[in-house]
Amino acid sequence: MQDVAHVSAAHPVEFEVDASAYRHWNITYDGALARVAMNVDAAAPLREGYELKLNSYDLGVDIELADIVRRMRFEHPEVRTVVLTSGNDRVFCAGANIHMLGLSTHAWKVNFCKFTNETRCEIEDATESSKQVWVAACNGTTAGGGYELAMACKEIYLQDDGNSAVSLPEVPLLGVLPGTGGLTRLVDKRKVRRDRADVFSTTAEGIRGKKAVQWNLVDAIFPRSKFDEKVLERAKAVADAASKDLAPGTRKGVVLGKLAPEVGPSGRQYRHVSLTWDDTTRTASLTVAGPSAADVRTIEQGGEAMREAGSDLWSLRAWRELDDALLHLRVNHMKVGLVTVRTTGDLATIQAHDAALVKARDHWYAREVLLHMARVLRRFDNTSRSFFAFGDAGTAFAGCLLELALASDRFYMLEQDGVQVAMSELNEGGLPMHNTLTRLQTRLLGTPDQVEALVGKREPMDAEAADDAGLVTVRLDDIDWDDDTRIAIEERSSMSPDALTGMEQNLRFPGPETPDSKIYARLSAWQNWIFIRPNATGPAGALTLYGRPERPHFDWQRV
Amino acid sequence: MTTPNVDLTGKIPNNVGLSDDVKLRRALETWLPQYLEWWNDMGPSDFADKPVFLRTAVSVDPGGWAHYDYVKMPDYRWGIFLDPNAEAASIKCGDDAGAPAWTDVPGEHRNTLRRIIVTQADTEPASVEQQRMLGHIAPSLYDLRNLFQVNVEEGRHLWAMVYLLHKYFGRDGRDEADELLMRRSGDPDKPRILGAFNQPCDHWLSFFAFTMFTDRDGKYQLAALSESGFDPLARTTQFMLTEEAHHLFVGETGLDRIIKRSAELQRQDPNGDIRNQGGIDFDLIQRTINYWFTYSLDLFGGEISSNASTFFATGLKGRYREDQYTDHRAIEGSYRVPVVEAGKMVEQEVPLRNAMNEVLRDAYVSDCERALRKWNKTLEAAGSPTRLSLPSRRFHRHQGLYADHRFDPAGNPISQGEYEANLGRWLLVPEDNAYLLSIMKPCYEPGKFANWIAPPNKGIEGRPIEFEYVRLD
Ligand SMILES: [Fe+2]
Ligand SMILES: [Fe+2]
Repeated sequence: MQDVAHVSAAHPVEFEVDASAYRHWNITYDGALARVAMNVDAAAPLREGYELKLNSYDLGVDIELADIVRRMRFEHPEVRTVVLTSGNDRVFCAGANIHMLGLSTHAWKVNFCKFTNETRCEIEDATESSKQVWVAACNGTTAGGGYELAMACKEIYLQDDGNSAVSLPEVPLLGVLPGTGGLTRLVDKRKVRRDRADVFSTTAEGIRGKKAVQWNLVDAIFPRSKFDEKVLERAKAVADAASKDLAPGTRKGVVLGKLAPEVGPSGRQYRHVSLTWDDTTRTASLTVAGPSAADVRTIEQGGEAMREAGSDLWSLRAWRELDDALLHLRVNHMKVGLVTVRTTGDLATIQAHDAALVKARDHWYAREVLLHMARVLRRFDNTSRSFFAFGDAGTAFAGCLLELALASDRFYMLEQDGVQVAMSELNEGGLPMHNTLTRLQTRLLGTPDQVEALVGKREPMDAEAADDAGLVTVRLDDIDWDDDTRIAIEERSSMSPDALTGMEQNLRFPGPETPDSKIYARLSAWQNWIFIRPNATGPAGALTLYGRPERPHFDWQRV
Repeated sequence: MTTPNVDLTGKIPNNVGLSDDVKLRRALETWLPQYLEWWNDMGPSDFADKPVFLRTAVSVDPGGWAHYDYVKMPDYRWGIFLDPNAEAASIKCGDDAGAPAWTDVPGEHRNTLRRIIVTQADTEPASVEQQRMLGHIAPSLYDLRNLFQVNVEEGRHLWAMVYLLHKYFGRDGRDEADELLMRRSGDPDKPRILGAFNQPCDHWLSFFAFTMFTDRDGKYQLAALSESGFDPLARTTQFMLTEEAHHLFVGETGLDRIIKRSAELQRQDPNGDIRNQGGIDFDLIQRTINYWFTYSLDLFGGEISSNASTFFATGLKGRYREDQYTDHRAIEGSYRVPVVEAGKMVEQEVPLRNAMNEVLRDAYVSDCERALRKWNKTLEAAGSPTRLSLPSRRFHRHQGLYADHRFDPAGNPISQGEYEANLGRWLLVPEDNAYLLSIMKPCYEPGKFANWIAPPNKGIEGRPIEFEYVRLD
């Protein structure tokens, strides 16, 4: 199992890719239309030991896709419709590579699924929030994760050739779930009748042709000879409908520059973010520096000035760096269980930054910057590490950075002159969690009065005021600070990592459920449980034996 | 089109108790008119009113399965027959080898079995569609009759498969049976399922190569299915094999007769130029062999296949002549498959079950090699220096391990450029059609044969070669 799962400081998985040389995707642009064709290089898996046949994917393929989705929004804001299709003439996408899954440790599978889920949610976010509409042109077999990918798109078109089918063969063939949002999107998003969804999800060969349309598994079928033409026609119509409400005028994109952090044996230094780790204590420290006065001045001049500043703008760059640091932590430092979170900078400057950004949000770029910030925070919410935010001397938990404290499992604050936190417009909206609430609303779910009291409040709060407001978990004076925080860290680090992950994920998301929260909580939790059950991954499990000569043997006991 | 009160039991010879099976009768009543409509649209063009000296199976006993008489094709009695000798059959391979065979479809394997049956069934009408124009350029009445015999029997094979779908697969089965009549060979929008069955078969050289190589794939698939633990499938395919043997005979002897004639023309021509004498040169024959042999290899599926493993493990599909093996579980053995690694051929050891497609392909290839030896004997006897051969099974593949790489006919990895530059030397190409169609004029006089093919050694069912096998006036 080491081949696929083994990563180390010497060979970490990097999430920044060379956008000029994707290995698995071909992209072409034609005005408001972009075409993204999956064309997986079978001989270029992320780790050794398997081949990516039939347009199947692994983490490496999905890292590129995530990069494409993100860049499309920033670098090609003129694009209204993205046609996701395949460069292979028989297969649209066969889903996650089964041999890769078979070779992977449980932790790798979980991380892989989480990242792919986030990418699919990002496709939906681009469609909904940026009006950059993704449609799937399934020009061949669309199986498992391939169909889940298609379901992340607004519309699905299937080639009607008597052969091409959409399918979710995970349950009947592999003894696991279509866990990349498949089951949730089937009934929640596409509103396929649940009894039909039951039939579909247990029929390995899937459903094709008219029946696929009747069951709403796809939006349209087109004959093979007219497929490209019909897809284009429909895609253009979708693009027109999507851009009706868009402000007119040309949109010039912003190229996402390289982050290129300085990488050392125990840390990654970015321009605004610092991540260090200590493998012996299994802890890491994450520090985010706030914006400068110059950054604020740029934003105050409005969206065009921001765009001219490009991807170096703090509001984008710092959050891209944080995103990269979180991903690095998740995949390359599996044993680090606790992350302490700090911020530095000036409260008033951050407040001014947030106010200016909100004011500029009619500009597409300012909007994208905000949407991106919200996504990074949701990635934070979804990260299976204990986060303790520390507000001590020099701290700057204000506005968008205060969200990091609110997203953390605990917030320790020092009682000392000058140690303060502050609210901004962004704590009151614009950075929603998966449950659609703000982090403040989620935190104070039982005391909406406290939320009301905080709305519009801009004066900084010291530890006592912040505690009264419901923001602080533990308030400590400088005599207790060192010992108490040390003990809290050691205590946390001694508990079962599995139980902590489960506990944190249950406590972080009170409030309403949404399709997204169902995917990350219900579907992923069941999938992760099934992944460790002998019926899937035991010596006679269905996933273990897939592609092998032996047949699976199930323990028939229902749990 | 409505056909009220079709007398199904009288029309359809069968040994499956059709008269007592209300459900099956009802399904067939709806399907039969659609089938006839398909036959009229896609069956042999223009010969519907001509009496053909055909073999019809009217019962399964020795005197009944091969009944010869003149019949117009639309009146042919497409029957439904199971091999009768099957008392207390058992599962012949896989994990449950030795256990009693299934007389009904096990729910666990329902979808898999349906897929296997539909895939086999789809090939039967496909070949009729591919061959529908060939009657107009037949080299003799003898050959014309053979073509039609093959056609009606492929139609009957469709019936046999549709019987299984109707009888055992409920509503899904009926839907699949309907779709079998809606797909069309070579139609870009509704193609037949498998690649070889969408290739054009425009002339008799391709027809003979098709019945030699592609029907022979059918033989091996049917033979593997005749080992199935699903007893009705095993017994149906056993009976189909008896008819398939004739199709292979048509293909193998057809090519042999062309080869024989070409050798004669080679000798006759002062420069040994066969085309100069209006015959088919050996290069063209070799390229035709290369083309149809390799398309037919694709039909066996991937070299390393989890489907193949599942089919075997579950007892749904055995090996060719499973009874010649002693170990019917095949859980331990392995098989060495040549694979491409960094542009070089290396051998990979694969669990035997995952290599079952390759095992079946081996049996097929050695059968083809036998035919090649025979043809080369014909060449030797005719004093020709030419020898024909089979290309490597890696050459010109569209399915499996080798589909993503390029090889020359000897099986050596080559570049895309080299491959493309040589295609016209190695494979049947569209330009060949012009020549072949120019020499293939109909020859309908009893006992006469086109210039490019030798007569057969003997006629059919004791009739002389000059017998009027098809009555055209
Ligand atoms: Fe047949
Ligand atoms: Fe045949």
